[in-house]
Amino acid sequence: MNRPLVETEGTTRLRIVDCDIHPTQKSPAALFPYMEKRWVEHLQTFGSHIRQALVGQLSYPRMTANGMRMDARPTDGPPGSSLEMLREQHLDLLDIEVGHLIALGRGGMEERNPDLSAAMARAVNDWQIAEWVEPEPRLRAGIVVPQDNPEAAVAEIERRAGDRRFVQVIMSTRPNETLGARKYWPIYAAAAEAGLPLCLHPAGYSSGKPSTGTGWPSFYFQEHYTFVPGSEALVTSLIIEGVVEAFPKLKVAIIEGGFSWAPALGWRMDKHFDTFHKEVPHLKRKPSDYMKEHFWWATQPMEEPKNGRHIADVIDWIGWDRILYSSDYPHWDYDDAYRIFRFPVEPHQRESVLGGNARKLYGYA
Amino acid sequence: MPSRRPLRIDADFHLPQAEVGDLLPFLDEYWQMQVTDRELPSMPFRLTSYPANAPLTRNPDFEGLDVPAALDRFGTGIAIASMLHGVVALHNPHMRAALLSAVNDYVAATWLDAEPRLRGSIYVSGEDPAASVAEIERLSGDRRFVQVLMLAMQEIHHGNRHYWPIYEACQKHGLTLAIHAGGLYRIPPSVSGWPSYQFEDYVMQSMAFENILTGFLGEGVFQKFPDLHVVFLESGFAWLPTTIWRNDKTWRGVRQEVPWLDRKPSEVMAGRVFLSLQPADPPGADELRQTLKHIGSTDMLLYSTDYPHRQFTGDEPLPAGLPEEALPGILVANALRAYPRLADDPAVRQAAEAMEETT
Amino acid sequence: MTRHVVASVDGFPDKGIRRIEVAGREICLIRVGEEFFALLDRCPHAGARLSGGRLSGTVESDGPGDYRLCRKAEMLKCPWHGWEYDVRTGQSWSDPKSTRTRAYAVEAVAGGELVKGPYVADTVPVEVEGKYVVVDLPEPAARRADTSTKA
Repeated sequence: MNRPLVETEGTTRLRIVDCDIHPTQKSPAALFPYMEKRWVEHLQTFGSHIRQALVGQLSYPRMTANGMRMDARPTDGPPGSSLEMLREQHLDLLDIEVGHLIALGRGGMEERNPDLSAAMARAVNDWQIAEWVEPEPRLRAGIVVPQDNPEAAVAEIERRAGDRRFVQVIMSTRPNETLGARKYWPIYAAAAEAGLPLCLHPAGYSSGKPSTGTGWPSFYFQEHYTFVPGSEALVTSLIIEGVVEAFPKLKVAIIEGGFSWAPALGWRMDKHFDTFHKEVPHLKRKPSDYMKEHFWWATQPMEEPKNGRHIADVIDWIGWDRILYSSDYPHWDYDDAYRIFRFPVEPHQRESVLGGNARKLYGYA
Repeated sequence: MPSRRPLRIDADFHLPQAEVGDLLPFLDEYWQMQVTDRELPSMPFRLTSYPANAPLTRNPDFEGLDVPAALDRFGTGIAIASMLHGVVALHNPHMRAALLSAVNDYVAATWLDAEPRLRGSIYVSGEDPAASVAEIERLSGDRRFVQVLMLAMQEIHHGNRHYWPIYEACQKHGLTLAIHAGGLYRIPPSVSGWPSYQFEDYVMQSMAFENILTGFLGEGVFQKFPDLHVVFLESGFAWLPTTIWRNDKTWRGVRQEVPWLDRKPSEVMAGRVFLSLQPADPPGADELRQTLKHIGSTDMLLYSTDYPHRQFTGDEPLPAGLPEEALPGILVANALRAYPRLADDPAVRQAAEAMEETT
Repeated sequence: MTRHVVASVDGFPDKGIRRIEVAGREICLIRVGEEFFALLDRCPHAGARLSGGRLSGTVESDGPGDYRLCRKAEMLKCPWHGWEYDVRTGQSWSDPKSTRTRAYAVEAVAGGELVKGPYVADTVPVEVEGKYVVVDLPEPAARRADTSTKA
């Protein structure tokens, strides 16, 4: 294996927590055992109903291997569908202690039929436990919720909240309304009540809105960038609309949306808070205070400025206790835990980012 | 009026919005009749992006400060002025074009004729490139217009070839392409949907500019129009490091899709993209210095007051923390690279040379 | 230098990529037509095994919408981030020539001049002797230090 990269001799083992692993089904039918017959028949007849022209496909085809690592395709299904391969290529190879599943597809997050979306979320949650977490205790599940059916979303959180194998609540980052909208607040109340962080990971094209505030890009090159402004908008929304003020226990993990923009966004919100604070009297503190208190940030895809230390400057502002390692396995822009720091870091900083911060956030020993 | 302060070129200076009635002399008989019969003067066509009485739009510090007084107060030698008129948001393409032409003519007759320190913007709609090209051609002979102005949040992405005729006309006439914050509200300001508050809309302006810059790069605008210069106004600039780092990294993996990007995106944009200094979002000198270090250069920054918007307090629009050696560029030299028409302007050249002699 | 027979020519498909282990080293062996190439099997960018990648060409362009596929199958795309390596030299080609003068830039694109990128994958001499593919390795095989251990 190509892993004798880090001198382990004389040092303690790095206890790595990977906050972004994408499991997928070998085929759509793999979820049918977890659904009522009625919904199986519905899906077989009508398929899913989303706000996108190409259902279940990419309107920005990726550059290679459908957006996956070229070396991660098992013989019997798509990349991400084989637990054996996940172990061999990632969990064992990098010696991952805990891995968080983020089940993006087929969870009904963006399904328009409200009852179907609830059934799909429930199925994908059962499937994560039965086919991944049960056989592989290093893995943890995330509660996928049908957020545009908030009542069902709350019920799903309550159904799973007692099961410690579920460690967070996953919402679509391209929902029908901006995430700060009051419609979604019952979901935040339920997550905060259950002590579960909210995990936001860019996905999908089915919000029925262009992927930028100035229209649809033409190329994947641009689409890849939209994850950044998209995530910035979510943080802005959750802070300014008063969500984190209303739910002081709510913790939010921004996954695969980047982190290097956090200082600039915090400064921008603070600066213009000066001009706009009378419009938002529900905010009791300056926006960057909320940002520093309520948000955590995942590393991948880690930026690689010519001077790597510029990333350290950014983390100095955010806080070394707020950055979470994520690999994005099996996607093409995968980051290897041993390669993300292209600049000198202190051992305790490395330990925090690679695992310590996640253990604190998610309450692991 | 003449002050001993060195020349300052203000890239983002706003003129008070003309009332619809003021535009009547600049409309033909048919549109005059339409304005009267449809009672358009009862609709001021103000942009949602800039609520007339909000502190953002009307800095309380500038109360009673009219255009010449504002130029005096900040020691402005040349100000590139724009009137962010809401007629750009109309759907009727003919009414929109007629009123936009009237706004442009009004600016020339009312402001550029009266105040020699002002330079103008040819304000166009991105929605009808043919009409916009015709407007650029109509006004291109008036060298006091130094830029073509569009809003940041439109319905179609700025890099898109839909707009290329406009960019071609800019390049042909040495007019800079200026994108100013604000939007048509045809689509939500972010993929995440319609925010509830003005505050969010305003914060999200800089996110639109991130996408716009990435769009200009990806769609090949800088390759297609090698003499086109682009200026972002009221965009903020603290977001640039992430955009530069991301695009340079992503490009390595997706180069085959956009092979016209024959160098790192950060190299392609160098000397082609300029950003106005205000709002300077970093809260203090240290944060500003760090941002500039991460950007790697101050060559793309243009001094701006954003008058009469509220982006700073006091009399000094320059934020603390700018390196002394960067000031000549930020105040003058960068603008001369961004605006070919300013560089050709004898009055501006003379003033710039006088400044060199004194410094 | 020590010569190691690492494969037989028969049965090694055209445009095939194989990972082989020889003298304690992992090597990515590539066939393009009648030629064989070998690279050390680790991407210098982020550590992926290059043998999991695909052969590709370079794409040149005169401007938006213009695509010209060149050097078909002579570039190896890394299986993770898609960085391209010249199978002949191991040179990263993802950093084509940077030119400052505008007029020259247009011609440089047309000419498709490419210059060296920042990363080079190690190449290994390889030759075909009759039915066998032979790799020349220096000895002793010094292990490459990895940069991340120093960080």
